[in-house]
Amino acid sequence: MTSGKKSILKPTRREVLKITGAAALSAPFVSRAWAQTTEINMLAWYGHGEPDVVGEFEAANNVKFKPKYYAGGDNMLALIAQSPPGTYDLILSDGEFVQQLNAAGYIEEMNAADYPFDDMLHPDFQKFPGHWKDDKLYSMILRGGHLGVSYNKNSVTAEEATSYECFWKPELKGKVGHFDWHLPSLGMMSLYNGNGAKLFDIDEAAWGKVKETTLSLRPQVGGFFDYGGTFNSLKNGEMQAMCGIGDWITGVLERDGAPVASVIPKEGGIQFTESYSIGKGSDKADMVKKFIQYMMSPDGQVKSAQMKAYPGFCVTKAGRAKLQEVDKKEAERSGQVEGHPNDPIALINEGRIHYRDIPKQQSLEDWNDFWSEYKNA
Amino acid sequence: MAQVGHIDDGSLSPRRLDPYALTWRLPIIAWQVLFFVGPLLFMVAMSFFLVKNYVMQETFVFDNWAKMFSRNYFRDSYVYTLFLATLSTFVVSVLAFPASFALAFKVSDSTWRWALFLLIIPFFTSYLVRIFSWYVILAESGVINAMLSIIGLGPYTMLNTMFGTIVGYMTLTLPLVVVLQTFSLANIDRNLVQAAHNLGCSPWRTVYTVIVPLAKTGLIVAALFCFILSFGDFVSPYYLGGSKPPTLPILIIDTTKSGQQWPRAAVVAVVMMATLITIAFAAITLAYRKRTSR
Repeated sequence: MTSGKKSILKPTRREVLKITGAAALSAPFVSRAWAQTTEINMLAWYGHGEPDVVGEFEAANNVKFKPKYYAGGDNMLALIAQSPPGTYDLILSDGEFVQQLNAAGYIEEMNAADYPFDDMLHPDFQKFPGHWKDDKLYSMILRGGHLGVSYNKNSVTAEEATSYECFWKPELKGKVGHFDWHLPSLGMMSLYNGNGAKLFDIDEAAWGKVKETTLSLRPQVGGFFDYGGTFNSLKNGEMQAMCGIGDWITGVLERDGAPVASVIPKEGGIQFTESYSIGKGSDKADMVKKFIQYMMSPDGQVKSAQMKAYPGFCVTKAGRAKLQEVDKKEAERSGQVEGHPNDPIALINEGRIHYRDIPKQQSLEDWNDFWSEYKNA
Repeated sequence: MAQVGHIDDGSLSPRRLDPYALTWRLPIIAWQVLFFVGPLLFMVAMSFFLVKNYVMQETFVFDNWAKMFSRNYFRDSYVYTLFLATLSTFVVSVLAFPASFALAFKVSDSTWRWALFLLIIPFFTSYLVRIFSWYVILAESGVINAMLSIIGLGPYTMLNTMFGTIVGYMTLTLPLVVVLQTFSLANIDRNLVQAAHNLGCSPWRTVYTVIVPLAKTGLIVAALFCFILSFGDFVSPYYLGGSKPPTLPILIIDTTKSGQQWPRAAVVAVVMMATLITIAFAAITLAYRKRTSR
């Protein structure tokens, strides 16, 4: 004991030389490793910069992602607007906000030839709205998810869930939750009113009716939740149905065995689309391009579909095939199998899915104002 | 308290500038100016700015004030927040008093030390974690309803209700209020309590006519802390109250999320600050009024 203490406190000359030598010899390797690690600043929804998605790419390419997570397109635009050009190398954005990113000059033009456009599962994904301008590509669609009726199977039957009407079911009084964002919830109310493909492009009369319908749902509403709250309230059964979400939340709970599901009702559903763009002024554009190519590869698409934070469906044929090969259970659960009644691509083909957008005839502020009024009603 | 009286004493001659005293006072003054007065002034200024294309522009216009004051939801949120904070203050103060009374008058020093330790322990963990732990207890499938079901009651909805919000507020404020009340009660001159007994005052009357008036300052300060913390809390009304309806702190979050309207959120914040400052001054005046007149 005593001798041990002595050796630590008073190392011999030989020990000092040994330690110094080891430090001197290892220093170049350490500094070289540090020097070669490329840091990529990513702006994304939560989960996209986590090891389950980027870990393999980081290890293979000696890069390190530094994610900055946001919640909502407004928040994303503000973060970019308030940062110097070149702050973010990689931007993951909701599809409907790409146009605004491009209009503000926040993203670089991309070369379409670098990405697998000939392998897309749906023709819409090749020229996705807002992703191209003057035939130039500015954003690469990565994945999507569908929003519809999310419910607890113990209190809502599969048949009832085929219409948004189930939210008004008397037994669900105080048990219907809202994801606290106006765009998906009011979009669903617009669909319920029969606005179909024009759900976000409605005139004042139709907007008035959407507000009326939404207010009529208020007595049923048990709360307004963020991601964590939505997740918890469905998990512990506090909320039996949820408006404004889809498989991106119930899918995670389903994986854990909770009796919840999401379906696209007869009035139609809404698609959220997530796309990658290269930040304007990024000096790591080549590495970012390589990463986007990786995420569009079959392996990357599988990583995206299996993302722990929230699932999304593959957009490439090769990605879907690979998912079916390596994770048949998840492919089945998420309907990413040909002939499945909830196959997201089949739903788009049937015209039951509408891409999420921003209001066309009202301002975002109008919709948000009403949302605040609704929460206070 | 006695020191406050001395400072107010007009008979004292004006002091000279004492560099030694100033050295000790300067850090707290600098701190307050840098981290309270400065940001507060900036927040007031920000309420006159405009946001265009998600970028704040330094202007001096009243648009944000006009916008927020013309919205019914702002008024509704204000009234609801005021009501919730008042209710929380009343419930917490009433519930805390018996515990504080027992700790100040009935228990041994050793028990008091343990109680103080146990009251401080909750602050070792994150408030957010403590709030999320209530999910397990208050949920319809939670601990309380499971126990009630044994005697054939329930299930009752407690989460996403006003009750849930008040439970959250109590989680935040009750330990603090008990500590403040106990310190206040413990400082009461026991001879005065004994004198009341000797003069035939009943125990209840002693509490209301002797103990409460003597501890008034501490009790009001404790209630004030409870009000301030409840009024400004975002976590409980959001996670236990289901944001239904939203309180002012939730409205601030909503406003900043939508279009990054920080100037409009600043309007809400300034109104909140003005309310709190008014109530704090009123409470302090009430707390010291009688004592000063004696």
